[in-house]
Amino acid sequence: MAITVRFFAHLREQLGSAERQVSVGRTVTVAEVWMIASGGRPIPSSLLMAVNMEYASAETLVQDGDEVAFFPPVTGGEQS
Amino acid sequence: MTVRITADPLDPWHEIAAYQQQYMEQVGQFGATAVFVGTMRDFNQGEAIREMELEYYPGMTERSLHKIIAEAKNRWPVFDCLIIHRCGNLQPREPIMLAAVWSTHRSAGFKACRYLVEELKTRVPLWKKEMLTVGTRWVEPPD
Repeated sequence: MAITVRFFAHLREQLGSAERQVSVGRTVTVAEVWMIASGGRPIPSSLLMAVNMEYASAETLVQDGDEVAFFPPVTGGEQS
Repeated sequence: MTVRITADPLDPWHEIAAYQQQYMEQVGQFGATAVFVGTMRDFNQGEAIREMELEYYPGMTERSLHKIIAEAKNRWPVFDCLIIHRCGNLQPREPIMLAAVWSTHRSAGFKACRYLVEELKTRVPLWKKEMLTVGTRWVEPPD
């Protein structure tokens, strides 16, 4: 079992992949998942996070089988 | 309620008419239909835009929209809501999104429709990438 990590928008372009699998074997925080999946980059201040498609914070706990997503601030709707 | 993300061209007026005919006219009690349609412009922040790519998070985008509609229905007396948002490639002057609310009276309809649109802009996983005359640019939200 592993944690599925997904990246969207320019974060995906920066990191060079849309999806990675992370094997930890214990409960971790979203922040720890970021550290592993991003290769140790500092967390961008505006980064948004989701666990199993619900918004989460850096302290939210994650376990094997969960899906964690990282993405920049959203920009849907009509142009501002 | 209906939520849809579509890669196909969106005809918002047809969608509203079809939804109203299919679902709302049986209800018979609605007196107000509040509508917002967003259309892609060919100019943004002083630059001409050739086209746009709209990215979304399959599953979470729809879930997020359902949540916003549930909140609106909880706050105001509305019968139903419809949100359709494009994804994929868009050309200038193409409709990007549609939000429609059916209610008995206009006050609830206007407020709920505004709520859907404002919440979508800040909470729903969607990201725009503009293809400019030279280069590309990911849209940033306003400060």
